Amino acid sequence: MTGVWLNRIWHAVLWIPVVFFSHPLLAKNLYGDSNLNLPVGVTHMSREVYSLHMIIFWICVVIAVVVFGVMFWSLIRYRKSKGAKAAHFHENTLVEILWTAIPLVILVVMAIPATATLQKIYDTSEAEMDVMITGYQWRWHYEYLGQDVSFFSNLATPPEQIDGREQKGENYLLEVDQPLVLPVDTKVRLLLTSNDVIHSWWVPQLAVKKDAIPGFVNENWTRIDEPGIYRGQCTELCGRLHGFMPVTVKAVSKEDYQIWLAEQKQQAVEKAAGNEREWTLPDLMAQGETVYNTYCAACHMVNGQGIPPAFPALAGSPLTTKAEGRATHIELVLYGKAGTAMAAFGSTLSAADLAAVITYERNAFGNNTGDVVQPAEIKQQLKPTE
Amino acid sequence: MSGSYYVPASSKWPILMVVVLALLVIGAGSSLSFGHGFGLFLAGMVGVLVMMFVWFRDVIHESRSGLYDAQMDRSFRMGMAWFIFSEVMFFAAFFGALFYIRVFALPWLDGEGEKGISALLWPDFSASWPLLKTPSDAFTGPAEVIDPWHLPLLNTVLLVSSSITLTIAHHALKNDQRNKTKLWLLLTLILGFVFLVVQGIEYVEAYTQLGLTLQAGVYGGTFFLLTGFHGLHVTLGACVLTVILLRVWRGHFSSRSHFGFEAASWYWHFVDVVWLGLFIFVYVV
Amino acid sequence: MTSNSYSSAEGHIHEPPLRGIKRWLLTTNHKEIGSLYLIFSLVMFFIGGTMALVIRAELFQPGLQLVQPEFFNQMTTMHGLIMVFGAVMPAFVGLANWMVPLQIGAPDMALPRLNNFSFWLLPLAFSLLLSSLFMEGGGPNFGWTFYAPLSTTYAPPSTNFFILSIHLAGISSILGAINIIATILNMRTPAMKLMDMPLFVWTWLITAFLLLAVMPVLAGVVTMMLLDINFGTSFFNAAGGGDPVLFQHLFWFFGHPEVYIMILPAFGIASMIVPTFARKRLFGYRSMVYATASIAILSFVVWAHHMFTVGLPLAAQLFFMYATMLIAVPTGVKVFNWVATLFHGSISFEVPMLFTLAFIVQFTIGGLSGVMLAIVPADYQYHDTYFVVAHFHYVLVPGAVFAIIAGVYYWLPKWTGFYPDETLGRWHFWLSVIGVNLTFFPMHFSGLAGMPRRIPDYALQFADFNLLSSLGGFLFGMSQLLLIWVVVRCVRGGKPAPDKAWEGAEGLEWQVPSPAPLHTFSTPPEFIPERDSPGRA
Ligand code: HEA
Ligand code: HEA
Ligand code: HEC
Ligand code: CUA
Ligand SMILES: [Cu+2]
Repeated sequence: MTGVWLNRIWHAVLWIPVVFFSHPLLAKNLYGDSNLNLPVGVTHMSREVYSLHMIIFWICVVIAVVVFGVMFWSLIRYRKSKGAKAAHFHENTLVEILWTAIPLVILVVMAIPATATLQKIYDTSEAEMDVMITGYQWRWHYEYLGQDVSFFSNLATPPEQIDGREQKGENYLLEVDQPLVLPVDTKVRLLLTSNDVIHSWWVPQLAVKKDAIPGFVNENWTRIDEPGIYRGQCTELCGRLHGFMPVTVKAVSKEDYQIWLAEQKQQAVEKAAGNEREWTLPDLMAQGETVYNTYCAACHMVNGQGIPPAFPALAGSPLTTKAEGRATHIELVLYGKAGTAMAAFGSTLSAADLAAVITYERNAFGNNTGDVVQPAEIKQQLKPTE
Repeated sequence: MSGSYYVPASSKWPILMVVVLALLVIGAGSSLSFGHGFGLFLAGMVGVLVMMFVWFRDVIHESRSGLYDAQMDRSFRMGMAWFIFSEVMFFAAFFGALFYIRVFALPWLDGEGEKGISALLWPDFSASWPLLKTPSDAFTGPAEVIDPWHLPLLNTVLLVSSSITLTIAHHALKNDQRNKTKLWLLLTLILGFVFLVVQGIEYVEAYTQLGLTLQAGVYGGTFFLLTGFHGLHVTLGACVLTVILLRVWRGHFSSRSHFGFEAASWYWHFVDVVWLGLFIFVYVV
Repeated sequence: MTSNSYSSAEGHIHEPPLRGIKRWLLTTNHKEIGSLYLIFSLVMFFIGGTMALVIRAELFQPGLQLVQPEFFNQMTTMHGLIMVFGAVMPAFVGLANWMVPLQIGAPDMALPRLNNFSFWLLPLAFSLLLSSLFMEGGGPNFGWTFYAPLSTTYAPPSTNFFILSIHLAGISSILGAINIIATILNMRTPAMKLMDMPLFVWTWLITAFLLLAVMPVLAGVVTMMLLDINFGTSFFNAAGGGDPVLFQHLFWFFGHPEVYIMILPAFGIASMIVPTFARKRLFGYRSMVYATASIAILSFVVWAHHMFTVGLPLAAQLFFMYATMLIAVPTGVKVFNWVATLFHGSISFEVPMLFTLAFIVQFTIGGLSGVMLAIVPADYQYHDTYFVVAHFHYVLVPGAVFAIIAGVYYWLPKWTGFYPDETLGRWHFWLSVIGVNLTFFPMHFSGLAGMPRRIPDYALQFADFNLLSSLGGFLFGMSQLLLIWVVVRCVRGGKPAPDKAWEGAEGLEWQVPSPAPLHTFSTPPEFIPERDSPGRA
């Protein structure tokens, strides 16, 4: 009696791997395909990639079911405990040829649509607009080629949410201060490069993933069908904040895109004006804090304490507190320090932002020097390289 | 054959070798990373040489006391042959890098080929080999490169003839002509030594007159990578041949059994072949 | 003056064995060195596993809780490096040391002193590597694939130590491979032809060639890194005319064959165990050999499938896609041969068999997801997500690691003279299978849903899967403590094993006593191919 039960349990146990493998299907039925599978996406290419994915997935499932089916059937049928006697065959040319040839055919069947799709992905011709995407540690820079519009796109999730001091928002880690805005129904060529290490730009809904490699430019393209916000992330390990480098694309109608573009151009003009005028200390401090928290806090920390020895503290450093350090301080922020993670911000930030952040660093974190650095001074310093 | 395979009961050389290697790498690592420890590195280096000496001395002893049979001899041969194969792959990586740079990377940076769009970043760059002007001013290319038809040609002649003289020495050894062996072996060594001197002159010239340095962009890098590692191998080969010469002097080898000699000469020929590759792909083409 | 107490010319070793620590430091005996390798590998498995548990603990829920991102990156990197170079590879070398001479009837490895040297390089390499964690600026944090320029211009100062330890581990592998090749080609008992060798020996022979071909390339690429970091060269820097992608080509030219280095010996082990417990000869011995060789050859021309997103020219993408897919054919042949061996057998389910069966199933799952990864347009969506992490853990953990564990259970009676405890073994097996699937199966979903690899924190929609993975990781990790317990108990005692410990086992190793005495086959054993060859007609 117990023997029978033990045997049944044994059977059930043998089937566990099979059940396990069919689990994706089970799960899919149970929960709907919300986030158990690739998104179908919002471009023609993404749908094509999705269907390719499903084809190869099902082929693999069928192969698995057949192979494991025969295997588990043999395991159950030919148990020694059931008195099975081993046969003596150990070769069979026909089946060996068959099970070499059939997989080969299956592979060809997979390769054909894959090749076709890949060729389309590689066809960047006839693009209607170009966007240059540059990876920085750890933010993306977007430049609309020929439009004089460019900006950085930074993580917008506040550190409090990351540390668990605050409730995490819906788009935790996937939100940015300024998304890449693209018009729908437009073939956009994406040019990718990097300013420092290798990054990779990925938006699942567009089925676009391409590495941004310093010194080289990669091409890709997309043509979005529906307006909406599409989120992705950097997918190449790029250092400390690799996990905090989201990509957000906002697709809008062609008309809205034109309106947005005009706004951007207007803002660029205003920004340029900011570089010309004199600022007050409170204004500089306010702007400086924003800039600092976006661009500098990643390494030097919000409280200016840094993470010594890798990233020095700015609070109480001779450079940021002493009058003699002022020139070096400015120099360092503008030109960075070769061979360290301290990048040159002279070409990244506007003169006003630079002035603001330097002023901020000299007055925040208890540095209280009372120093004011004006955009004009920064521009003076930047001149030689212009 | 049965039961004659020699298995040393235990040996302290391997573990001592690891100890001196530890000194070597800790010294090298900390002097590169943190700027101190070079002395330790040198101590390790000396240690490695000493260990090699005593370890090989034991093997030679054993061999001369007749402990090794034909099977053992084959083990040594296979060991050496496959070691040389791994060295071939080491150089293959560097040659591969050279070809990749020349055939793909530089043309792409210059706007040619499938990734020619990269030229967006380097509008003023034009690819050439030797690469005298690098894409960015952060690196300064060499002012001039070495003329293959002077010193390198001389070196080619030196090394090729040294392979020939070594073969003559080998034949002499097989015919039991001791003095002839010594003579030709010595000649091989001299040729190898002169090669190294010439290469030294070439390096000095490169650094002082041509601006051809490790830092001189990717041309300088590949040049010194390939010729430098080759030079190290010639040095090593020459050391081994010196030992072999001393052993011939002491009458160590017989006309039939002289694996040490053969292993050294395989190695020397391998180094020679690498040089031919270098001469063609680094200097001439 | 030293150990020059030579044995007589025709004899073996007559010296009394050394005692204590000295014995292990100086040993030249293949069995002792094999044990050293296995113990070392186990230690590394636990260290690497502990790092995996740090990763899993941090990823248990969204947010940064336990570790800072830079430490997380160091954990990911070290976990990968230690598992690959410290746990799996040395474990296979250890098994080769123990079993290859026994299976081919050799008195020892061909070059015994070199063998000792190869082993002792490893503790040095890995203590150096681990010590870099405690250096100023931290240890390696650029992934086990250490892509330039993150690993050159932007690397922590300790990177030179990382490079040197890779060099040492590489030298160890190369010398080990030379030794294994010389042993297999030169030390077989006289009548044993190549086509009479057990498959474990065959797979190791081929693996050794892979090692010899690719470890020097790894040495080359880290040397170029060293120069870029310290001597101002620009191999991987476009500013001087180099290319960061060149690094990846060189690395993966090593890296892809490397993954087969970690699986071919596993195939060998499975091919020994399946026939034993199916009590039926291995189906298709010859095609197994040819399939192994084909996999090895193909492995040299598929490397760029790790680089589908770097922007290779279209023709290159297609070539590497087709070549990669092709590997499914010889690998399929292997799987089918195992299944055909089971078919019409007389099967029993001892612990080694259980692990082997799980190996076959789980490896196949990992292999199939590998084929999905090989499809370039689809790989654009999978690349550098947890789908890849799921793939390679399936082929590595219930793949390579299960095969190693199966081998350990299978040969423990030969090593210790006692059977491992069957009940504990079963517990170990079932907990491992459940744990491993709980850990890695959900990763397929987190990957498809869009979770990138190598991140210490993630968006909320990945939370459920990560929770499961973390629970599974701890379950699997803890169950490995059972392995230690089983092994320790088995060394101490248990049910004594006869020479031929398993009813259906074939091969020379089962002709020597259990436990195998320190020196076996001082005279070559009798081997009659028509009777003893696994490839006999
Ligand atoms: C033991 C280790 C191991 C093994 C054996 C494999 C086996 C395979 N791997 Fe895997 N792989 C890794 C370890 C391994 N891999 C690792 C560590 C990485 C990540 C590295 C990193 O980035 O950190 C990786 C990554 C990786 C990638 C890159 C993914 C990416 O980063 O985007 C790809 C892409 O092609 C790939 C493919 C394959 C294929 C096609 C096989 C094939 O060999 C599988 C063949 C087996 C089968 C197919 C199953 C059995 C066959 C049948 C039942 C026959 C019928 C089948 C068909 C007709 C389909 N692997
Ligand atoms: C053979 C290789 C191998 C093995 C066996 C494993 C085993 C495991 N791996 Fe790993 N893994 C890799 C190879 C391997 N891995 C590689 C190559 C990478 C890529 C790295 C990179 O991206 O660069 C990777 C990456 C990787 C990641 C992704 C990290 C990231 O992208 O950020 C994760 C995440 O969950 C993970 C988890 C695990 C787990 C849970 C196990 C478990 O199987 C571990 C089992 C646990 C134990 C064995 C622990 C035992 C310890 C105890 C019981 C505690 C007691 C402690 C002491 C006594 C000291 N691995
Ligand atoms: C990627 C990390 C990183 C970011 C982002 C970063 N820094 Fe730095 N910073 C460093 C490092 C590393 C150093 C130390 C350089 C050295 O070794 O001297 C440094 C040094 C400095 C110093 C000198 C500190 C001292 O006392 O020596 C100042 C001032 C500074 N940074 C300002 C800034 C400002 C302003 C920003 C943002 C606009 C910024 N940093 C962004 C990494 C960073
Ligand atoms: Cu940028 Cu990862
Ligand atoms: Cu691969």
